[in-house]
Amino acid sequence: MPNQEIKTEMKEIPIAYELAKRQKDISVAEFFTKNRHLLGFDNKRKALLMAVKEAVDNSLDACEEARVLPEINVEIIQMAEFKYKVIVEDNGPGIVKKQIPNIFAKLLYGSKFHTMKQSRGQQGIGISAAVLYAQLTTGRTAKITSRVSKKEPAFYYELNIDTQNNKPVIAKEETVEWAKENGTKVEIDLEAEYAKGVQSVDEYLKQTAVINPHVTIIYTNPKSEQVIYARATDKLPDEPKEIKPHPYGIELGMLMDKLRWTEARTLQSFLASEFSRVGSGTAKEICEHAAILPNTKPADVSRDMAEKLLQGIQLTKIISPPTDCLSPIGKELFEKGLRKEIRAEFYCVISRPPAVYRGNPFIIEAAVAFGGEIPKEDKANILRFANRVPLLYQEGGCAMTKAIMETNWKPYGLQQSSDSIPVGPVVIVVHMSSVWVPFTSESKEAIAHYVEIIKEIKLALQECGRLLGTYVRKKYRISEQIERANMFEKYIPEIAESLSILSNEKKEKIMQGLQKMLVKPEIKKEIIEEDSDDKLYKMDFKKENEESRQKTS
Amino acid sequence: MKNQDKKPVKELEEFGKKLVIEIEKGINPTIEFSLRTLSNVIYDTKTKTLGLGEKQQKRTFFNVGHAKKFMQTLEIAKVSKSLLDVQKHGSLRDVFYMAKRTIPNSNINIVDEQVESDNAIEDLELITNCSREQLNINANKMGSVAGSVLIEDAGDTINWAKLGSGGWSIPSNVEKIDFKSVKAKYIIYMEKQAVWERLHEDKFWEKQNCIIVTSQGQTTRGIRRLLQRLNEEYKLPIYVLADFDGWGFYIYSVLKFGSISLAHMSEELAIPDAKFLGITADDAIDYDLKKHFIKLKDVDNSRLKQIADYDWFKKNKEWQRQFKMMKDFGAKLEIQALSSKGITFISDKYLPEKIKKGEFLD
Repeated sequence: MPNQEIKTEMKEIPIAYELAKRQKDISVAEFFTKNRHLLGFDNKRKALLMAVKEAVDNSLDACEEARVLPEINVEIIQMAEFKYKVIVEDNGPGIVKKQIPNIFAKLLYGSKFHTMKQSRGQQGIGISAAVLYAQLTTGRTAKITSRVSKKEPAFYYELNIDTQNNKPVIAKEETVEWAKENGTKVEIDLEAEYAKGVQSVDEYLKQTAVINPHVTIIYTNPKSEQVIYARATDKLPDEPKEIKPHPYGIELGMLMDKLRWTEARTLQSFLASEFSRVGSGTAKEICEHAAILPNTKPADVSRDMAEKLLQGIQLTKIISPPTDCLSPIGKELFEKGLRKEIRAEFYCVISRPPAVYRGNPFIIEAAVAFGGEIPKEDKANILRFANRVPLLYQEGGCAMTKAIMETNWKPYGLQQSSDSIPVGPVVIVVHMSSVWVPFTSESKEAIAHYVEIIKEIKLALQECGRLLGTYVRKKYRISEQIERANMFEKYIPEIAESLSILSNEKKEKIMQGLQKMLVKPEIKKEIIEEDSDDKLYKMDFKKENEESRQKTS
Repeated sequence: MKNQDKKPVKELEEFGKKLVIEIEKGINPTIEFSLRTLSNVIYDTKTKTLGLGEKQQKRTFFNVGHAKKFMQTLEIAKVSKSLLDVQKHGSLRDVFYMAKRTIPNSNINIVDEQVESDNAIEDLELITNCSREQLNINANKMGSVAGSVLIEDAGDTINWAKLGSGGWSIPSNVEKIDFKSVKAKYIIYMEKQAVWERLHEDKFWEKQNCIIVTSQGQTTRGIRRLLQRLNEEYKLPIYVLADFDGWGFYIYSVLKFGSISLAHMSEELAIPDAKFLGITADDAIDYDLKKHFIKLKDVDNSRLKQIADYDWFKKNKEWQRQFKMMKDFGAKLEIQALSSKGITFISDKYLPEKIKKGEFLD
C-alpha cells in the first residue's frame, strides 16, 4: 500500500484515470459468448434441444400470429460424432427480406419485449443465441430461407454475428427457388449430442404436441426415424391481445418509472391511461384512498407519495385484468392433446379463472392423467408448460413442482411422503399462460416462486385431485365388488357340500339356489347389522352398477 | 342313552334343513344364536352361576363380514356330523385338520388357525344346543387326579390311589365314568401342576383323605365336569389353591360361576359350592410371604380391575377387600412362595392349618 501511495504522488494523477481507460461497453453478444449457460447452452445435449426449441417456438408464434395452422418439419442430421445439423421448416407467414438478418443474427432484437401479450418468445434472444452458439462451436453460418407470398421470391441468407458490435454479418444473400408459397426454414450446424430420454428433443416435441393440439410436427431424428405428431383439432388458439398492466401487484420502482415517463398531465388521467381496468372513476377512488389530489402532476409524485399510491391501489376494488389477452388451451383441447399422446384410463383438466401477479394476468390450467399404460410404482410424471412451451429442465426449482409437492395427494388416492412428488400411475400437467411468465433465468426453464402463482397452481391441482380421488375410489370400490362376488362364488360349493351332508339334500340343487341369489340384486343389498366381533361392510351392488353404467355411457 | 346319541344328529340335520329351505326361498341363509360376549353374560344371583342373556347374533352368508365364518360354521357342522355318523371322536386339533384345506382355484383356506375352528365349535354348541362332547369332539387331556376313589371307565376299573407318580389323567368326556367307591372327604383343586406333584409326593391326599386335582392353566371342561359330579353326587367340598393374582382369581371364578365364553354351559360345569383356599392377601401377612412379592405390571393391574368389576365379584365385600389389598401391596404372589418355608411346608403346615381353621373365601 505505501508503495502505491508513492507511485500516485509521483505521477500526481489518480489511478482511477488509468483504470478508466480500460472501462468500456461490453457487447451483449460478447457477454453471452462468455455466459452461454445463461441461455441454456451449457452442454452438448442441452444445446441441441435449445436450438430445436428456439426455432420451433419462433415458428409456432409466427404461424399463430398469422392465423395459420402450424405444420412444422424438424430434422436432425448427425455430421460428425458431436456435430449435428438442425433443420426447422414452417408454413408460417415468412419474414420480410430486410428483417431476416436482424432476427437471426442480432441478439435482443424482437417485437415482443415491449408488449404485454402472451407469446412463446419474450426477449428476442432465443434463435439468435442458437445462431451464436453454432457459430462459436462450428464456425459455420446459419442458413435461412424465407418467403412471404407466392408473388415474391424466396430469399436465402447465410449469416454470422459480429460479436463485438452485436450486428449481423451477411455471408451470402440470394433469391432461390422454393416450392413453398410462404414459410421459413432455418438450418444451423452446431456442436451437440443426441440422446433419447427425459430431457431430449424427442420428449420436447412430444410435449409440444400435447400442449398444442392444433399443431402438426413431422420429426426425423438422427437415426432417420420419423415420427408424425398429427394435429387433433383444426381450431387455432384464440389470438392473444396486448394489454396494459393491472394496478394490483405493480411494484414501487415500476410505478415511479411510469410516473416519470408518462405523457398524462394529471395523476387521475395517468392511472386511467396506463393501467388496465382503471377508468377515471376508479382512478379518482385510488387517489382518494391514497390521500393525493387527482390533479397532481405525475412528475411531482415523490417516492413517499408513490408508496401511498400503492397503498391506495390495494384499498381500491378493481376488477380482474381482462383475460382476452390470454390464450389458455381450454379444457376440451387440453384433454384432446393429452389423450393423443398419453395412454391413460382417466383424464381430468381444470382451467382456473384468471389471476394476477405483479400486475400481470395469468391463467393456470392443470390436468391429471391416471392409470392405463402409466407406470404404477414410479414417481408421478410431471409435465410443465409455460405459454404452450414445455419446460424440461430445472424441475426442482420450479414453482409448479413446488405446488405439486405442497399439495396433499393422499386423499386423492396417491402415495406421497410429506412435501414430495406423489407416487402412482399418474401424469400431472401444469400450464401457465401469461403476458409475462416470470422465469428464473433467461434459458426459460423454471417459473419463479410467486405466492400468487403457487396458490393458483395448488387450487387447480386440488380440483383435479378431487376428481381423481372420486375416480380412484370408484375404481377401487368396483374392483372390491368384483372381489367380493368372486369370494361368494368360491364359497358357494363349500357351503353346498356342507349343507348337503347335513340335510341330505342334493348338492347341485343347493348350489343353484345360492348362485341364483348371487346375481339377484336384492340379496346384494345388505343392511348393516350390529355385531360384536364381525366387521361389517355395506354392500350395494345395484347402486354401484348403475353408477358405473352412467360412467361408461 | 340312545336318545341322547340321536339328539346331536337330529339337531345338525334340522340346522342344515332350515338353511336349505331359506336358500330355496331365495332368502339370504342366516344362522342365529346367542351372543357369546361379556355384554351378554348375566350373573344369576339365585343359582350363583353365569348364563347367557337374550342378545342374539346373526350370521348370514351374503355378507362380506360374515361369509367366511358362515362357511367355517357349516364346515365344522359337517365334520361333526361325519364323526357322529361313524361313531368316532375327534380332538379339537383333529377337527382343525379335517377342516383345514384350500378352496379350489383360490388361495383361501377354510381355516388358517385352530382358534377359528375352536370358535366355530363353540358356536355350534349354541346353535345345536349340544355340548362339544355330544358332537363327538373332545379336548386334549390335560390334568391329573389322585385320591381314594375307585371308578369304572370304558369297562376298566381304575383306582386313583394306585397310579404311581403321574396319577390318572382326566379325559375330556367324563359323562360315562361310574364312581364305584369314594372315600375321600374333600377335594383340593390347584392351578399348578408342580404343586400337585409336591402334594402327591408327600402323600398329602392319603394323610388328609382328600382328592388332589390339577389342570394346567385354565381348567378344562372334563375336569370341571368331573369336579361338579363329585361335588353334586358325593357332596365333596372343593377348595381352590391358586396364585394370588388376577389369573388365579379367574381360575376360581370359572370353576365356581362358569366362564364367559362357555356361559351357555354353566349348568353342566359351574360349581357354586367351590371355595377359595389361597393364596390370599391375609396369607401373605400371616405366613410372612411379603418378601416374595412380585411387583404388579400394567397388565396385572388392568386384569385385576376387570375382575373386580365383574358382577359376581362386585358385591362381595370379602373379595373386594382382597382386591384392594392386592392393589395396596402393588404386588402378587405365587403358590410356590410357600416353599421358602421348607419344601414340605405346604403339605405339613399350610394346607392342614387352613382347612382346619376353615379359612376360605366364598
